[in-house]
Amino acid sequence: MGDQHAHGAGDGHGHDPNQAHHFDTMDQQIEACKMGMWLFLATEVLLFAGLFCAYTVYRGNHPEVFHHASLFLDTKLGALNTVILLLSSFTAAWAVRAAQLRQIAKLKLLLVLTLAGAVGFLVVKYVEYSAKFEHGLLWGLRYDPHDDGHHPAPKPAGAPGLVLAGATTQEYAVATPWDDLTAVQDKSLVKPAGNEVAVQAVDGRVVPEEGAPPRKPWVGSAEQVRNVHIFFGIYFVMTGLHGLHVLIGMGAIGWVLLRAAKGDFDGGYYLPVDLVALYWHLVDLIWIYLFPLLYLIG
Amino acid sequence: MKDNYLTHSKGFLSWALTLDHKRIGLMYLVATLGSFFVAGMLALVVRTELWAPDPTIISADRYNQAFTLHGAIMVFLFIIPAVPGALGNFVLPIMLGAKDVAFPRLNLLSFYLWMLGGAIAVLSILSGGVDTGWTFYTPYSTEPERLGVVMMATGVFILGFSSIFTGLNFVVTIHKLRPPGMTWFRLPLFLWATYATALIQVMATPVIGITLLLLILERTMMIGIFNPKLGGDPVLFQHFFWFYSHPAVYIMILPPLGIISELIAAFCRRELFGYKFIAFSSVAIAAFGFLVWGHHMFTSGQSTLMSMMFSALTFSVSIPTAVKIFNWLATMYKGSISFETPMLYALTFLFTFSIGGLTGIFLGALSTDIHLHDTYFVVAHFHYVMMGGGVIGLLGGLHYWWPKMTGKMYDEGPAKLACALVFIGFNTTFFVQFVMGSQGMPRRYYNYDPSFQIYHQVSTVGSYILAAAFFLMLFYLLKSLATGRQAPDNPWGASTLEWQCSSPPPHDNFSTTPTVGDPYDFSGMTYDPQIGGWRPKGAPAAQGAA
Ligand SMILES: [Cu+2]
Repeated sequence: MGDQHAHGAGDGHGHDPNQAHHFDTMDQQIEACKMGMWLFLATEVLLFAGLFCAYTVYRGNHPEVFHHASLFLDTKLGALNTVILLLSSFTAAWAVRAAQLRQIAKLKLLLVLTLAGAVGFLVVKYVEYSAKFEHGLLWGLRYDPHDDGHHPAPKPAGAPGLVLAGATTQEYAVATPWDDLTAVQDKSLVKPAGNEVAVQAVDGRVVPEEGAPPRKPWVGSAEQVRNVHIFFGIYFVMTGLHGLHVLIGMGAIGWVLLRAAKGDFDGGYYLPVDLVALYWHLVDLIWIYLFPLLYLIG
Repeated sequence: MKDNYLTHSKGFLSWALTLDHKRIGLMYLVATLGSFFVAGMLALVVRTELWAPDPTIISADRYNQAFTLHGAIMVFLFIIPAVPGALGNFVLPIMLGAKDVAFPRLNLLSFYLWMLGGAIAVLSILSGGVDTGWTFYTPYSTEPERLGVVMMATGVFILGFSSIFTGLNFVVTIHKLRPPGMTWFRLPLFLWATYATALIQVMATPVIGITLLLLILERTMMIGIFNPKLGGDPVLFQHFFWFYSHPAVYIMILPPLGIISELIAAFCRRELFGYKFIAFSSVAIAAFGFLVWGHHMFTSGQSTLMSMMFSALTFSVSIPTAVKIFNWLATMYKGSISFETPMLYALTFLFTFSIGGLTGIFLGALSTDIHLHDTYFVVAHFHYVMMGGGVIGLLGGLHYWWPKMTGKMYDEGPAKLACALVFIGFNTTFFVQFVMGSQGMPRRYYNYDPSFQIYHQVSTVGSYILAAAFFLMLFYLLKSLATGRQAPDNPWGASTLEWQCSSPPPHDNFSTTPTVGDPYDFSGMTYDPQIGGWRPKGAPAAQGAA
């Protein structure tokens, strides 16, 4: 959109080579391209709005599913990705400034850094996705949580000892015996669920109290929450579509990087950089919403 | 002959890679009319099958696929893209006084996305066909044996992007490419209508995009969002689908409403009564259109309170629509109307579209809709709106701008005859459907009670009359290309900018940026029998300057 070459050869006005023949002035072209980009971003927001709407409906109908399932997402990796995207958005904005000031070397460096951020994001996402695939934490019929043989069965990450809302105490007894609690700062979080079941932390490991009724491993208890796969369906669609946007964004950033290397922006024309940065901010913004909505429920 | 956009460059590639909005518009015209032909043939198959209750010419499965393909092609490949893509593309920049749309390459991309999406949608018939109806309701469409759904949904998904890009292009063009003097309230009303349409295209289409994407994922990966077998919610699909597809009705009807405004001004040769009211009513219809989707779900288990609100909002759409109708009537009142073919279509439109709008009130009312839901009454209603409004308006616009697009005049005699046949055939086909629908004939049924047979037969005869009318139209339009009289620059004495440039327009539309005044000022023109058209008073009696 932003790249309207002058194809009206022979119109003989001798204007900016970046100006397309059907625009009267360069300003008009820049304004039109920016407006087009904003409208396009609006359509992107609306595309995701459908998913956010589906999310709201299902979370409203099945709060227990969302509470339970979100515990299996890795909050640390999600937070890391949030930081990575925020930083890359910052370098993208800085790149626009550099282009404005015709600092081409700096522009290229900042674009490379932005691209690196995008790659970093996808690498982290890959790590997260592989863990989900290994443990069968997938959508629809493919949802089949299991111990993959190498690692212990996955447990709700980041929130050991959390009692699930609405769960019956027996089945959702807090931390399971193999839960490692050394990392948990606030041991008071580790509570027995209800009064019947009690646990105690011994050397950072949870040991059931004598006489406590036997507990099922988490996998067993997860089965008590029906329709957990719906959360993973929404999780994979939302993050997958967002990931696709990251890929498209990488293509766009690579394209302006190439144009910068070719010297297209030496003359003070930097509209493509501006438009691509706008797009990248949107990709960032969507993630800013996805992260708390998917990872930080509870 | 002078250089024009048709002769400007030659060869296949000069068309396939053109960035000229006029050529793209013409390609859209051929392509969308081709789709109309295919979908029309399917309609004839469906109507013929319904001649008698028992199997007549095709099996029940084929019948289901035929009406589904008829609906999907008509809606997604013809009515939605036809007016914006063909007439809008051709006329909008010239009417505005611009050299092109804001993003010519995006415009060409829209066209190719249309081709790609259309091909995939139609080829779904090869992968088992689709028999869900054009609405693809879940859980019906998520059943494994409905093989064609994935391809059809993919095709429509791509068509959605084509529509979004066209809308985006038009919004930016109208905002940023107006020449000096072209203020918002000097925009011809067709442009106001196209603008309102483009806003809907941009704002509603992404929602059907994500809905179809979810449907595709539901079918291919079983994500369980719409499929009740996996805990999903099929009514959510209906909400998503109609959140787009109701506004989409206005994508189909608003541009023809704009065409009618132009026709009535041009053939009454006077300032439109209530210009601003007509302009804002287009925007109001677009805005209301986003708030009424629940009227398709009165029987889907929606809460009564929601249904009541949707019903009330649905009624409110009739206000801006009536504003248009009454302003047009006021414009015609005591005017000296010239009854050339485009104006005959405008009058037909007033008749058929009013019936379509008024029968919508029966369906928008909660109590009657329970009775009429999914009957032929609904079929008749939306055909009166989409065909009686959308297609008739398109035909009016096609006959109005045909001389400008092709540089040739068609014969008035056969054109008027075809218009009369369209009027008769259309009403014969669909009016009886109101009657049998109100008596309980359900839509989409292959078989029916013999007591309905007479209505079905009348309807089928009507569809044959319609077909005859369209073949006649095809004949005289093609004939005009071969032997038609050279069109004057302004054959109708119309006042908007496109009639100031030559017929057909030159490659760049205007060699100098045109001066813009009142779009409906008819005072400066006089009829010149030598050129068979109108020219500015005082100008030499020759072809006007480009
Ligand atoms: Cu509707």
